[in-house]
Amino acid sequence: MGKFQLITKGLIKENPTFVLLLGMCPTLATTTSAINGMSMGLATLFVLVLSNMAISLIAPYIPDKVRIPSYIVVIATFVTLLQFVMQAYVPDIYETLGLFIPLIVVNCIVLGRAEAFANKNGVIDSACDGIGIGLGFTLSLTVLGLVREILGSGSAFGFKFIEGDGILAFVLAPGAFLALGYLIVIFRKLTTKKAE
Amino acid sequence: MERLLVSPSPHLHTKTSTKSLMRDVVIAMIPAVIVSVLFYGWSELLVLGVSVASCVLLEYLITKYLLKRPCTVGDMSAVVTGILLALNLPATTPWWVVFIGAVVAIGVAKMTFGGLGQNLFNPAIVGRVFLLISFPTYMTDWTRPQGFIGGGLDGLSGATPLGLAKEGGVAAIEGLDYMDMLFYNIGGSAGELSAIAILAGFVYLLARRVIRPYITLSILATVAVFSGIFWAINPAEYTDPVFNLLTGGVLLGSVFMATDYVTSPMSNVGGIIFGVGIGIITMLIRYFGAYPEGMSFAILIMNSVVPLINKVCHAKKYGRA
Repeated sequence: MGKFQLITKGLIKENPTFVLLLGMCPTLATTTSAINGMSMGLATLFVLVLSNMAISLIAPYIPDKVRIPSYIVVIATFVTLLQFVMQAYVPDIYETLGLFIPLIVVNCIVLGRAEAFANKNGVIDSACDGIGIGLGFTLSLTVLGLVREILGSGSAFGFKFIEGDGILAFVLAPGAFLALGYLIVIFRKLTTKKAE
Repeated sequence: MERLLVSPSPHLHTKTSTKSLMRDVVIAMIPAVIVSVLFYGWSELLVLGVSVASCVLLEYLITKYLLKRPCTVGDMSAVVTGILLALNLPATTPWWVVFIGAVVAIGVAKMTFGGLGQNLFNPAIVGRVFLLISFPTYMTDWTRPQGFIGGGLDGLSGATPLGLAKEGGVAAIEGLDYMDMLFYNIGGSAGELSAIAILAGFVYLLARRVIRPYITLSILATVAVFSGIFWAINPAEYTDPVFNLLTGGVLLGSVFMATDYVTSPMSNVGGIIFGVGIGIITMLIRYFGAYPEGMSFAILIMNSVVPLINKVCHAKKYGRA
């Protein structure tokens, strides 16, 4: 598999949100607006690329029995780094995403890629995989956030285009499930048609 | 000589069809519709019209263009959903809010699950609850619009009896008259106006054997017993049983919505379990919850456990004790 394919497969064929259905907790909780969804996606992308590279380097030296705890330590290190960086440079977004930044440590996408890909592939390949999956996650979170923001508060990326509130349910939890469900349907419809 | 026909039983069929059942439900709702239109006038007619028209139209469009299936508008279930949705909204609801409610009721709650017979939740209530959490200002605007009779009963936005009780406790509802509630209620969703009109529909449905009385009666009995116990212990804190039966959506919900064939249990025992559950959840929300009324939430919650109830209460096979 070429480097380019490694990156593109994360966008469509193995899209973490719409196909693998991984990382549902941050997906549902942080996508109240397009900006929030995109920030969450980019934060995960950052951790994913670095942890994939680090794990592919140290994987041969880690005993099989303790690999999961070791991965968690590696991931937690990068998340802590990210947390300090965000707190220093983008305090607003750091405040909004709140608890979901530290929770990237236990995000199943990050751990899943470490276990399924990084520990048996080279550094460059693992980095490409991380970029692909991370971009796929960012893209789907942005789309989901955009849909919920347009319907729920009548704005897109923070620019309001109607007076007052939208359909409030889409900002609340039930709207997250509804929007995600219908986006999965549309995504499947579009991608399966392409395969035929 | 004509040949004898050999075929497996059953040989006799009733003339009952989905369409005839739905027509009976529509007829049963007519008294409540008439009362609401008389007292709320043109704005209620608009809500009713938009609701029914958009439910039917959406079902037609979805079956024809999205699912590409035979059109199911003819079974009249969309009409029933439309009327129920309208009866569940305040008469002052703007037309586009009603339309969004219809989209959620037909599109999300009914057709996504595969249409009539496969929906897990009652479509009209899903529509109402979606609107309630999406547009709280429109959905709790109890302004009384000018009606055809009753002199408009002033244009003030009067709180519903349940809203009053939630805000000010038992003292706030002291002046209210039970006869008013029985014939035309003090305020609330359009269909909750008159207890008598809904009961007339209930009697018609029973007489035509469209529904069995177990679900409705067990809901009403549970509400009465639950509130009776609390009222007996502390009448200064909790509202009395008659008030709880006559106000809000208890009658409308227990007669027309909890008895929906698709989303209620099949057996009589199951129906009683279902009804008791709805009654308890409704009263818990009324007494201790954040919302003044809990009927719609209660029905949705119990809808979700109907498959479990059906599993426990399935009929015994013949010949096996």
